[in-house]
Amino acid sequence: MSDACLSVSNLSTHLGSDTRPIRAVDGISFEIKKGETFALLGESGCGKSITALSLMRLLPTSGRIMSGQVQFGSQDVLKLSESEMRGIRGGGMTMIFQEPMTSLNPVLTIGVQVSEALRVHLGETGIAARQHVLDLLDAVRIPDPERRIQEYPHQLSGGMKQRVMIAIALAGQPDLLIADEPTTALDVTIQAQVLDLMQQLQQQQGMAIFLITHDLGVVAEMADRIAVMYAGQIVEQAERDTFFSNPSHPYSRKLFESLPTMAKRDQALFVIKGFVPSLQTQFEGCRFAPRCDHAMTVCHERPPTWHVDGRRQVLCHLYTRGEDVTRLNEPPTLSMPVGSIAQTEAESELLLQVHALQVHFPIEKGLFKRTVGHVRAVDGVDMTIRNGRTLALVGESGCGKTTVGKSILQLIRPTGGSVRFDGAELTSLSHSELRHRRTDFQIIFQDPYSSMNPRMLVNDIIAEGIKAQGDRDAPEQRRARVEKQLQQVGLSADSAARYPHEFSGGQRQRISIARALAVEPKLIICDEPTSALDVSVQAQILNLLQELQKEFGISYLFITHNMSVVSYIADEIAIMYLGRIVECGTVRDVLRSPRHPYTQALLSAVPTLDPGTKREVIRLQGDIPSPSNPPTGCYFHPRCPKSMDICRQCYPGRSSVNGRHHVDCHLYTIDEPNPGGVER
Amino acid sequence: MLVLFWTDVLIFLLVGMVLIFVLYARRREHLCAPWREVARSGVAMGSLVVLGFYIVIGLLDSIHFRPAMSPNQDNGQVQYANEILSVFDRLVTPLRVRGEKTYSAPFAAFLYTKETVELPDGRQRRQFPRLKYGASHLTDPETEKTADIVMTGMFAAAKGLLVWGVLCTVLITALGKWKHQALRSVFAQMRAGQTTVRWRSMLYTLGILMVISFVAADLSMKYHILGTDKVGENVFYQALKSIRTGLVIGTLTTLIMFPFAVLLGLMAGYFRGWVDDVIQYLYTTLSSIPGVLLIAAAVLILQVYLDNHADEFSSVSERADLRLLFLCLILGVTSWTSLCRYLRGETLKLREVDYIQAATALGVRHFTILTRHILPNVMHIVLITVVLDFSALVLAEAVLSYVQIGVDPTMNSWGNMINSARLEMAREPIVWWSLFSAFIFMFSLVLAANLFSDALRDAFDPRLRQQR
Repeated sequence: MSDACLSVSNLSTHLGSDTRPIRAVDGISFEIKKGETFALLGESGCGKSITALSLMRLLPTSGRIMSGQVQFGSQDVLKLSESEMRGIRGGGMTMIFQEPMTSLNPVLTIGVQVSEALRVHLGETGIAARQHVLDLLDAVRIPDPERRIQEYPHQLSGGMKQRVMIAIALAGQPDLLIADEPTTALDVTIQAQVLDLMQQLQQQQGMAIFLITHDLGVVAEMADRIAVMYAGQIVEQAERDTFFSNPSHPYSRKLFESLPTMAKRDQALFVIKGFVPSLQTQFEGCRFAPRCDHAMTVCHERPPTWHVDGRRQVLCHLYTRGEDVTRLNEPPTLSMPVGSIAQTEAESELLLQVHALQVHFPIEKGLFKRTVGHVRAVDGVDMTIRNGRTLALVGESGCGKTTVGKSILQLIRPTGGSVRFDGAELTSLSHSELRHRRTDFQIIFQDPYSSMNPRMLVNDIIAEGIKAQGDRDAPEQRRARVEKQLQQVGLSADSAARYPHEFSGGQRQRISIARALAVEPKLIICDEPTSALDVSVQAQILNLLQELQKEFGISYLFITHNMSVVSYIADEIAIMYLGRIVECGTVRDVLRSPRHPYTQALLSAVPTLDPGTKREVIRLQGDIPSPSNPPTGCYFHPRCPKSMDICRQCYPGRSSVNGRHHVDCHLYTIDEPNPGGVER
Repeated sequence: MLVLFWTDVLIFLLVGMVLIFVLYARRREHLCAPWREVARSGVAMGSLVVLGFYIVIGLLDSIHFRPAMSPNQDNGQVQYANEILSVFDRLVTPLRVRGEKTYSAPFAAFLYTKETVELPDGRQRRQFPRLKYGASHLTDPETEKTADIVMTGMFAAAKGLLVWGVLCTVLITALGKWKHQALRSVFAQMRAGQTTVRWRSMLYTLGILMVISFVAADLSMKYHILGTDKVGENVFYQALKSIRTGLVIGTLTTLIMFPFAVLLGLMAGYFRGWVDDVIQYLYTTLSSIPGVLLIAAAVLILQVYLDNHADEFSSVSERADLRLLFLCLILGVTSWTSLCRYLRGETLKLREVDYIQAATALGVRHFTILTRHILPNVMHIVLITVVLDFSALVLAEAVLSYVQIGVDPTMNSWGNMINSARLEMAREPIVWWSLFSAFIFMFSLVLAANLFSDALRDAFDPRLRQQR
């Protein structure tokens, strides 16, 4: 085939010891055509990054390619010598990584790093190279490249760094760009910018993109063809439209079903039972069979073979044996219908009232630590949470949403404002008074790996709060309480005698929840509790949180940047920008008819799953300003597509759209409200 | 009658603490795992055997007593000698008591200096007199010595190998019993180096050390294998006695600095604010004072005290011991700053970690957070620093004694041996064996400690662990 850019056949890569290898990539084959975007979709640990590294032959030292062929142009990459390979890397195919922060050398300027790639691949030096660097930076839409060329990586934002990485990748004029989760570490508005840029560059240069991601939304946005990877194997390959209109493999279907959406509110999310199998196991039948609802006996006995059907290929017995696949289309029976709490619109009591909350960190300089300014991480936030309800606090990274959570808990003492919790003013409590009230409000963190002391048993972790509150229970009683807690979050009682590192990410998050629940709190602050988890695990945790809310009437402050999670779980929503809340209201009101231009842009930047509806994305210019030096007037005006003169002069007051929906924007303070809202 | 020196008490306290830690760690997986990593490293286990030899000698030399003299004729009461000996002294009594007149070279049969001897016929002649003990069993040392050394050495080596073989057999049998495996398969695994603990390199090192110590023991009964010093004392005995001094300096100093560094470092990092300012001020000031100056001043003050209160001490060894302890103390005071700074930095990082925040949110007390969450997570740093510091301190003792602000001149130490060698090296013909012995003993201890600490760091440092 002449139009193939890269064709991989039967590639196997092993990691770890020879005796018990981890079969990270186990005989996969695919083909990328010239100029197309091919997406490899899979959950963490399924071997997708190792696939990419195998193609570049950049495996870690314990990794080795066992068999297979990687035909790139006219060469078999796996047969090249190391020095020939260096010519391919960067020149023929090139790679950008997930973490732009660590991919650039912090002690070299941007210009030097880009021109190095030019020197290596094109042999350009001097004035010509400099001009080329400027062109490249311009091509990746870095504003003011003349100035940026002399700057160091730490002076750039995350999105900028990723663009520089793309510029370096483009320097060698590659035929294939391998992008390993290129936007996972970026905010949604920046992600939209970067994805847009990649698409445009692809059209201009005609290169192929091999996109590795776990995000169905990104895939829907970018890919021409899609391969779904599960436990080291590709289980389905299809054209985008075919895939999104009718995913074939039971695993692909489950992925879609476990996504939280507005439509699935008030019901439990579908979860894939069991866990991803260890890649050290020797598989006999289909790898997905133990978790599949449609598994037949043959699935456990023989590995499935490819079923090719027009523009799709599926690795599933259901298709090769001509089973009745229509039953796959039946809506899944839900194990646990969650009663709709949202129906009780009757106002429950106010639990938390935050008024004009401020957290300013002083910037100190010089020998005597003179305060030269403040980082206004949180700059006057008002919010209320009612008993048994969920408030979602949404914003991009660096907008201060985590600081809000921590300052409500008084983990960071606020510099101003009031936090009234259940009738008590938390900001004025002394350390010891606060210590006794701490059982009422708890926190769950984002990273399930750093949220538990690795040197303590699960039992001690969960019992810690009980002990800290001066509990004088006998050890057996306490043990029983811990076991009850564990069962409540869906873990077996014998987990208590194990260490956190023995658990997977989702299980650890359950332990975190159990630790918070053990002291019977009224409010739990969930700081991005699912953003480090895979979609199917995220569904489990969201279900658990819903269930617990129903049972105990706990209120949640849900801090997140993920709109689909918000639309599924939250009752009310507050949008935060640069330390201030710009819009708040019920989820339905805000998500259906956003008023603030920032909310509108934020919502439009979220990739949608339905590739059919091409929505209009509002592109925001530039990055979030620094909270140490916010713009005058409305903080959003430098990026706002609708900014007016008054926006530059003063911060807008709060205007009410309806009883529960408020927005801080000059557009609505003018007498005649101009609803520029995009109806969704 | 048992005599307890201050350093003895502290040494056995340290041994006790190590034992308690071992018992505590045995049941905790996260504490055992890095040690298992260490046990897999052949170099580390070999070094451990060498260190073990030093430690055994050091411990034997730390049990002091006054030997009983023959019962008094009058009342039958047991009288104790004024002299204080250690168990080790008792074991090597021949080395201790068989002194010559002055210098003699290793394996020599004659003194190193000429003396005027009266011949039987009444004439006087200057010649090298025969030694009282060294090679005294030979009638004609010139012809017989080499053969005798070789023969004795070979015989001793054979004995050493025999004992080593017995030890190996005992070990293999014990392992086989413990793991319920056939002896043959245990042996095969061990030879192939596939055991979880690297027995192979341990046994090889043990074999070499066994041969060396048997040969040295047998030969030193007949010769002064490392010569004698100015007052005719056996240099081999001095070098062996110096082991305890080196170990005491290397370990007790860390024991003394440990509470300072850990407590202050954790407090500075955790509480921040003025606590941090005060502690930082303290250690920056302290580390700006030249260490040698501080040590010299402290040792001089102590010396004046000792001289003025000579009657408070029952023996010379007790005075020397106090000076050793004081040296450890002052070395500890000057060396805690780097560990403290390191711990402060680590605590600053840790206090922002989610699980510490979660503990605060649960209302856990500051002290509990420090001891339960932060301390266990910085212990690897403490351990790595302590082991790395050990060899530096052993070397520091030599330097300090050389400039005469180290241990008491009456105490055996490698530093004092080197110090005395200053004059010996200027002498014609030179006396090289004091320096040589001190060098060999110190070198093998420090090398073993360094190799061991490298393996320890590889196993305990989380950053290095990730790279594997």
